[in-house]
Amino acid sequence: MAELRDLYQQVIVDHNKHPRHRGRPAHHNYEAAGNNPLCGDHIAVYVQVEDGVIRDIGFEGAGCAISTASASLMTSAVIGKPVEEAERLFAAFHDMVVSPEAPVDPQALGKLAAFAGVRGFPARVKCANLAWHTLHAALRASGEPVSTE
Amino acid sequence: MSIVAPVGRESAASAGFDVGRVRADFPLLRQTLPDGRPLVYLDNAATTQKPRRVIEAMSRFYAEDNANIHRGVYDLCERATRLYEGARIRIARYVNAQDDREIVFVRGTTEGVNLVAQAFCRPRLSAGDEVVVSALEHHSNIVPWQLVCEERGARLRVIPMNERGELVLDDLEALLGPRTRMLAVGHVSNALGTVNPVKAIVARAHARGVPVLVDGAQALPHLAVDVREIGCDFYAASGHKVFGPTGIGFLYGRLAHLEAMPPYQGGGDMIRSVSFSGTTFAPPPARFEAGTPNIAGAIGLAEALDYVAALDREAMQAHEAALLAHATQALAAVPGLRIIGTAAEKVGVVSFVMEGAHAHDIGTIVDQDGIAVRTGHHCAQPVMDAFGVPATARASFALYNTHAEVDALARAVARVREVLG
Repeated sequence: MAELRDLYQQVIVDHNKHPRHRGRPAHHNYEAAGNNPLCGDHIAVYVQVEDGVIRDIGFEGAGCAISTASASLMTSAVIGKPVEEAERLFAAFHDMVVSPEAPVDPQALGKLAAFAGVRGFPARVKCANLAWHTLHAALRASGEPVSTE
Repeated sequence: MSIVAPVGRESAASAGFDVGRVRADFPLLRQTLPDGRPLVYLDNAATTQKPRRVIEAMSRFYAEDNANIHRGVYDLCERATRLYEGARIRIARYVNAQDDREIVFVRGTTEGVNLVAQAFCRPRLSAGDEVVVSALEHHSNIVPWQLVCEERGARLRVIPMNERGELVLDDLEALLGPRTRMLAVGHVSNALGTVNPVKAIVARAHARGVPVLVDGAQALPHLAVDVREIGCDFYAASGHKVFGPTGIGFLYGRLAHLEAMPPYQGGGDMIRSVSFSGTTFAPPPARFEAGTPNIAGAIGLAEALDYVAALDREAMQAHEAALLAHATQALAAVPGLRIIGTAAEKVGVVSFVMEGAHAHDIGTIVDQDGIAVRTGHHCAQPVMDAFGVPATARASFALYNTHAEVDALARAVARVREVLG
């Protein structure tokens, strides 16, 4: 059976208690909302993109420790990065949490690798994914609210 | 794990209730975690476990008596029909219906409510009419009424609740106006456990000429239900909430209502005669049971009610009340924990939130100790909104739960803040 410590790793506990980039940035030109209606988790992601680079990012919302920490670590990971790189991270993160067998690449994922523990808790994968899908929707400017349920 | 209550915990009345013997009737409860600890199943408001005799009754039907009903002249068909119609009679007796034709088999409470909304309420609704529900309802006793109200230009009105999660009935008459066509209310709240005074609500609605549907999904596993004592026009319930199978439930409806209602769905078994120029319909309950029904499910449901009926009701209720009191006290003692729903009249449901811990984290963390609780909005988002919380963790008890399990829950919940730092 998966261990709780694999899920609630120190970096996740820390980012849940002290979320980074919480709030709506003064300037943003992209935004999207994400909801997991069965959980009651909801999030909004705001992004300021200039010359193809994420200059500023913030999030608002309420959710569990996993979704809050994921939003916090995501915003920390993509700020200052080109949009293409954020999308690459999204793909790598998504692949990691949904494929129990795939090896985790700490080189590519950095602190985001802490979410590998989610794979032992299938019911919580949607919590880890919500912020990323919402960012993805914001960058594609689709305007449609997303859900990972 | 000991299934004997700690000394001093059992009240005199529940001393006659042998929870160990009851547990032995439920095969699923024997399973353990990989490390040998027992499973602690505390999600009974979502669905209950099944006693062996329910599982065996259904299995026996498929092994020995299976045929379609009402259709053949051969002996096997007669036998299946007798078992199915016999189940209807057993259920009618259990809820004290006047006539077994007042019991319509449905897939569950949800379908029962939809049936009444569509076949009873909808034809009576005009623009400007009103349907009254309560602030405590499960989505399944809100949305079916919203659908007919939207279609007909009618308005949904809501009986409010107080901060303890009890309905505020002082102004009920103000909600029951000349345009009120229907009142729908839950007998017991799934999210909070509140028991509503349905008999009094029905009497007051009837005094204004308003028919009442009672959603009994959460009441049947805990309370003795007598539809004539309650006086309601309709009572809907689900088999799986009361130790029976999923996919089967019943709708009780007064015969005069059912006889006056048009069909809900068209199909086989609900007709008297069919031609391309027109069809005449069978009388109730067949009129509302189009297609081959869940025959084994009906038999399983009747068996589940027989199982409950054979228990000492008073001792069972005392046992459940003691579990609720114990759980309330043990959880309230956990730092940062707040119980949502503190009605004076409650069944064994404890919904709670914790400072600094989202319900889903609580659910995952206690699951590590093999404790199954529900987390989320419990299909009662208006209730969550009223308390200003997105979700709660909910422990819900059944007759087979023990005081040792309550202690295990309290211990696991106390660890939540440790894990979340």
